[in-house]
Amino acid sequence: MRPDTLTRRPPPHAARALGLLAAIGVLALLGLLSIWLGSKEISFGDVWRVLLHNDGSADAVIIHSVRMPRTALAVLVGAGLGLAGTVMQALTRNPLADPGLLGVSAGAAFAIVFSITVLGVSSLYGYVWFAFAGALAATAVVYFLGTRGNAGSSPVKLTLAGAAVTALLGSFTSAMVLQDPVALNRFRFWSAGSLAGADSGQLLQVLPFMLVGAALAVTSGPALNSLALGDDVAVALGRRLGPLRLRGALAITLLTGAAVAVAGPIVFLGLIIPHAVRFAIGPDQRWLLPYSAVLAPCLLLAADILGRIMARPSEIRAGVIVAFLGAPVFIYLVRRRKQLES
Amino acid sequence: MSLPVTIRLSTISVRVRPRGVTVCVALLVAAFLLLCLGMTIGDVPMGLPDVLTGLFTNSDAGNAYLVQELRLPRALTGLLAGLAFGASGAVFQTITRNPLASPDMIGINAGAATAVVAGIAFGFGNGLGTTTLGLLGGLLSGLVVYLLAWRRGTTGYRILLVGIGISAMCTSLTDYLLSKAQITEAQSSMGWLVGNLANRGWDNVLPLFAACVVLFPLVLGLSRWMGTLALGDEVAAGLGTPVQPVRLGLLLAGAGLVAFATASAGPIAFVALTAPQIAQRLARVSSPPVVTSALGGGVLVLGSDIVARVLTPTGLPVGIVTGALGAPVLLWLLVRANRSGSGG
Repeated sequence: MRPDTLTRRPPPHAARALGLLAAIGVLALLGLLSIWLGSKEISFGDVWRVLLHNDGSADAVIIHSVRMPRTALAVLVGAGLGLAGTVMQALTRNPLADPGLLGVSAGAAFAIVFSITVLGVSSLYGYVWFAFAGALAATAVVYFLGTRGNAGSSPVKLTLAGAAVTALLGSFTSAMVLQDPVALNRFRFWSAGSLAGADSGQLLQVLPFMLVGAALAVTSGPALNSLALGDDVAVALGRRLGPLRLRGALAITLLTGAAVAVAGPIVFLGLIIPHAVRFAIGPDQRWLLPYSAVLAPCLLLAADILGRIMARPSEIRAGVIVAFLGAPVFIYLVRRRKQLES
Repeated sequence: MSLPVTIRLSTISVRVRPRGVTVCVALLVAAFLLLCLGMTIGDVPMGLPDVLTGLFTNSDAGNAYLVQELRLPRALTGLLAGLAFGASGAVFQTITRNPLASPDMIGINAGAATAVVAGIAFGFGNGLGTTTLGLLGGLLSGLVVYLLAWRRGTTGYRILLVGIGISAMCTSLTDYLLSKAQITEAQSSMGWLVGNLANRGWDNVLPLFAACVVLFPLVLGLSRWMGTLALGDEVAAGLGTPVQPVRLGLLLAGAGLVAFATASAGPIAFVALTAPQIAQRLARVSSPPVVTSALGGGVLVLGSDIVARVLTPTGLPVGIVTGALGAPVLLWLLVRANRSGSGG
């Protein structure tokens, strides 16, 4: 995608496969850490024993009904946002694309708040559909606004369109929330990007959407590789752009909509992970997608664990920590790119 | 387009466009009318003559108290905040050469909001006051954006994009602070975050008035270079404009105006974005004129506040109305900017 990553030889396939295995190992390790560490101190031996068989003790209840769903949620949401960010960056050929920045999360958030305050929907299974509709509509609007015009699409245009749509929807969302104190109380916890309070029921409800979205994303790697060479080359290589874009948009919508519905908007996660991966293993989408799906949950889990340790017995939300890690990366990317000014 | 007329007074000469002057006068009259009209609305309905007598005479003590102590501060806060938002919007849109680069977008509002919500949530808001916190937060984020966008000089797009990044960071921190606060504090913070003119007193008006008195002349003084800055950095430097000092000065003055206005009235959505664009079209000039934009902002805020209070008995926050009005303008700007190829 960028000259410096194109000229450098990517690592051989075997090394990349090993790297992916190592990343999965790190994810498993972080998952264990996330189950181990929490506001109640449980020794690692006890954690391991209770994990293997649920004996009904207080520790077992904490681990099976609080920490495991939370960890699983972090993995799901992280993978979803990581994949969505990677697909967005490839589809728009825009290094600054992120579901949070390009208004997709704001669209889902707006639709969810609308369904709760105006239509009185209360179950996750009810409002997740609104999240999808909102995410899809916002994706379409931002893409439409950001790619119109003589010069075609550009990173600046898309980012601006995303920021504008985010500001717009944010203003409407807060207007609705202000009229309803009960909704405000739920909204403020959810909108800070939190993984706390997840239960396995919610998890199972969004799991199918996530899986379909992830399957759509991971299998589009070869097509996205051709797209990286430009629309014309992709067509010449036999890709049909319309179906490819539709499939990408569907994947982004399912992944982001489901992630926002359960964890609230988390910004910058989908931005930094693809960049870090591209830096390490090169621009091949066939590897980029699975790597992002494994490393994004690693980062989210690490942020969640960090947030729990730093402010014990209270906690700092994972979304805030990710935003504070992500904003400097975003600014670094903005500063480095000369093309942005043209 | 009307031709400019040059007015000479011994050593000073000023070029004036008749159309621009007409628009300014019309907006000024509209602002005054809306100011008075807004003061007729309230728990005790008043006619326009009652408001005017209450405003200028003390013949009816109750009436005078109602107008001068309760309704005038609200109206003046709205007017001054509108003026400040409009003027700073014109400044930012000109120096970044992008109609979307209002302070709403580039992190100044977001920084002010974070500081104020932090003050409310952690309880040190009472000592320092919303005004000081909003001011510090807005100025600090403005400065951070400028410094981070600096790389052998700055460009409009870098300021804009860095601002979007800082803005996203501040917003996530604000959301977190809202979730840590007590529900009543969260509710009052949210009310403030939308932009609200209810219950404003003279202590809200005076700091904002002082800021306008100091910063407006500064902006107007620097605005003579804004025309060349709009042509691009190289051209401006070639024409003898001290590009970076002027840009820094305008950025700080604009950020100061926004920070003071936000501190008094909350971040009223999209005024800084729409007012300059409307003013530019009314005056039929190529870049947003400062004075016309300021007056347009004042008219927009006062008019929206009246609409908000007429629509519902409890009175919506003014920011909801400006948000609804600004939304179509924003989308239209995006489509238009892209069509002409200037959207980036």
